[in-house]
Amino acid sequence: MDKKYKVPIGPVHVGLKEPITAWLDLEGERIVGATVRPGAIHRGIEFMARDRNPIQVIYLSERICGICSFSHVTTFLRAVEDAASIPVPPRAQYIRSLVLELERLHSHMLWAGVACYTIGFDSAFHLGMALREKVMDVLEVLSGNRVNYGVATVGGVRWDVTPELAKTVKQMVKYYKQEFTPFYDVVTADPIAKARLRNVGVLTYEEALRHSAVGPTARASGVRCDLRESSPYEAYGDFSVRAVVPQDYYGKAYGDVFDRFLVRVHEVYQSLEIIEKVMAGLPEGDIMWEKNLNKVLAFLKKAEGTGWASIEAPRGDDTHVVHLKGGDENVTWWKVRAPTYANAISWPLMFKNNELADAPLIINSIDPCISCMERMLATDSSTGARKVVTRAELLEKCREKTRRLMQNGGR
Amino acid sequence: MVVVSLIMRLIAGAALMILVAALAFLFEGVDRVVHARMQRRIGPPVFQPFLDLLKLLGKENIVPRRAVAWAFNGAPWVAAATMLLVFLYIPIGSLPPILGGEGDMILIIYLLGLSGVAMAVGGFASGNPIANVGAQREMILMMSYELPLAVVVSTLAYVAYKTGMPGEPFSLETFSGMSVWGVVGKVGFLGILCLFLALVLVVPGETGKGPMDIPEAKTEILEGLIIEYSGTNLAMFKITFALRATAMAAVIVSIFFPWSLGSFLGFGSVFLYALDFLWFWVKVFVVQIIFVTFMRTAFGRFKIWQASEFYLIKVAGLSIAGMILASVGLVI
Repeated sequence: MDKKYKVPIGPVHVGLKEPITAWLDLEGERIVGATVRPGAIHRGIEFMARDRNPIQVIYLSERICGICSFSHVTTFLRAVEDAASIPVPPRAQYIRSLVLELERLHSHMLWAGVACYTIGFDSAFHLGMALREKVMDVLEVLSGNRVNYGVATVGGVRWDVTPELAKTVKQMVKYYKQEFTPFYDVVTADPIAKARLRNVGVLTYEEALRHSAVGPTARASGVRCDLRESSPYEAYGDFSVRAVVPQDYYGKAYGDVFDRFLVRVHEVYQSLEIIEKVMAGLPEGDIMWEKNLNKVLAFLKKAEGTGWASIEAPRGDDTHVVHLKGGDENVTWWKVRAPTYANAISWPLMFKNNELADAPLIINSIDPCISCMERMLATDSSTGARKVVTRAELLEKCREKTRRLMQNGGR
Repeated sequence: MVVVSLIMRLIAGAALMILVAALAFLFEGVDRVVHARMQRRIGPPVFQPFLDLLKLLGKENIVPRRAVAWAFNGAPWVAAATMLLVFLYIPIGSLPPILGGEGDMILIIYLLGLSGVAMAVGGFASGNPIANVGAQREMILMMSYELPLAVVVSTLAYVAYKTGMPGEPFSLETFSGMSVWGVVGKVGFLGILCLFLALVLVVPGETGKGPMDIPEAKTEILEGLIIEYSGTNLAMFKITFALRATAMAAVIVSIFFPWSLGSFLGFGSVFLYALDFLWFWVKVFVVQIIFVTFMRTAFGRFKIWQASEFYLIKVAGLSIAGMILASVGLVI
C-alpha cells in the first residue's frame, strides 16, 4: 500500500467523549501524519463572565468541565482570593483538598473505564463505572449533587464535613482499597489489554518537556511534575505529596498509554491516602471567611488587582487569571488555561507511526476535555470560510484588544 | 419420485431456515443478557434482537451517493443467504442434512468464507473510507484464520479415512454419526484436543465477535463495514451476524460433540429424531455461550496485525501440532 488516504476521527465519534476532529493520513493502517482540528464546541465562557460578578462566575466556572468542575472552581476562587487578598480558613482549605481528591478519584476511574472501552474491553469499562459510583455517592452526601457540586465560595466552602460524611468517606476508602485492586489486576494482567496499551502513543521524556505536557501525561513520560509537590496549595503543604512517576514503581518510564494508565491507577491510591490524611487532620474552625454574601460582594467590588492561581487538576495544571477592577462589580477579565490545552499539542507526536486502531485511544489517553480547551475558531458565515488564526495574527489581535480595553477603562 | 423428494426437501429446507434464523436470534438475545449479567448489568430483553430486526425492516434503505448501488444492495442478501444455506449441509441431531450428499465440510468452509467476502464487498462498495478500512480488516482476518481452519478440517478427514469411520471422510455426517474422540487412541486424543482448541479459537474471528470484532470495531472505525448500512440491508447483516455465531457453534457440535441423547436413553424412530433435534440445539446453545459470549466478555479487542499474528502463528501452530499428534496416534 503506497497510496495515502485521509480518515477523520471525529468530530462525532463513538470512541470520543467530546467533539474534536483528528484528520489522519494513513498508509494502510499506519498513521503517517495527523492534523488535529478543534473548534466544534467553543462556548465563550470567558466572555460570558464579563457580565457577571465573581460569585456568579463560580457557577459558570463550574460548568467549564463536567468532570473536573471543582478544580476549575477552586482555581478561579484562588485567583479571585489572590486578587482581593482574601484569607481562607484552614478547615475550608482541608475541605477543598478533600473534594479535589474525591474529584481526582472519579475522574481517573472514569478515564480508566473509558480507556478499556476504547480498546473494546467492555467488561472492564462497566466494572470501572460501577466502582466510580461509590465516590459519586460520597460527593452526593457532601453536596447533594453528583457533577456540579457548588461546594466552594469566595473565602471558603459552603458545606461542612459532618460526622455522617466522615463515616461515608471512611467506608469509601475501605471499599476502594478492597475493590480497586481487582479492577487494576484485570486490566494490567490481561494479555490483550497489555498488547493494546504498551508502546502505543509514545511521548518521550524530552518531547514531553519540549511540548510542555502536564499532569499524568507528562508524569507517564517520566517528568516529575506535580503542583501538589512543587508548589503546594490549599492543604497539600501538610501532606508532602510525591509526584507519581512510572520509574519509581516499574523502573522505567515508557511514556506510552499503558504508563498513563499505571500513573492514574497509582494516583488513585495516592488520593485515597491523602483523603485519609485530610479526614484525620481536619482542623476545627470556620469554613468561610465571611458568611454574608453581600459583604463579600461589597469587598470584591472595592478590590483591585490581578489574581493568578494554578492547581493540579486530574488532567494536569489548571491555570486561571482574573482581573478585578475597583468600583466594578463584575469580573473585568478572566483567562482559563485548562490542562488539555497544553497536552493537546503532543497529539500529533503521539500519533506518529501508530495505527488507525490506536487513534481514539491516543486521543483519549491524555484525558482530553475539549470544551475546557476550546478557545477560538474564526468563521465568516457570509462566505462560508473557516480559518484558524495564526500565531502572529493572534498576537496582533491580543495587542489590539488590550489597547481597546485600556482606552475603554477596562471594559 | 424425484419431484416429490425435491419438493419435500424444499419445504423442509425453508422450514429449517426460518427455524434456524429464529433460534439464532434467540441465542443472540440470551447472549446479550448473559453478557450483561457478567458485567453486572441487567441487559436488554431476550427478544430485543427480534424487535431490532422488525424495526430495521420497516426503515428506509439509504444508499450513499458514492456507493456502487448493485454491490452495496446485493452484498447483505448474499451474505445472509449463504449463511442460511450452511444449515442445509449440517446434520441436526440424528437427522441427516437436507442436502446431505451434495456438499461436505469444504463446502461449509467456503460458504462461511463467502458470507465474509460478501460483507467485505458491501464495505468496499459503500464508498466510505471507514467502511473501506473495515473491509480490508475483514479480508485480512479471513486470510489469517483460513489456514488453521483448513488444517483442522483436512486432518479430521484424514483421521476419518484412516480409522475407517463409516461414510465419506469429508462429510459432516461421518463425524455426527460416530464420535471422533473414541477412535483415535491416547496420542490421537491429544491431537484431536489440539484441533478442537484451534477450531474454538477460530470461532471469534469467524463470527466477528469477542477479541476479534476488528472489522466492526465500534470505538475505532464506527462499526467499520456496516457504517453506511441502514434499513433492510442492515437487517440482513444482523441476520448474518446472528447466524455466523450459531453456524460455527453447530459445526463444532457436529464434529466434536455428536453424542446422541436419544440413543443413549434407548429411544426409537420418531422420538429419537425429535429428542436429538432438541438436544442438538441445546448443545449448540451451550457451545455458543461458552465460546462466543464468555470470550467476548473476557477480552478486549486485538489490533488487526495482532489478530493476524495470533491466527497465523499461534492457532496455526496449535492446529499443526494437532495434525502431527493425530497422525502419530494413527501410526502407533
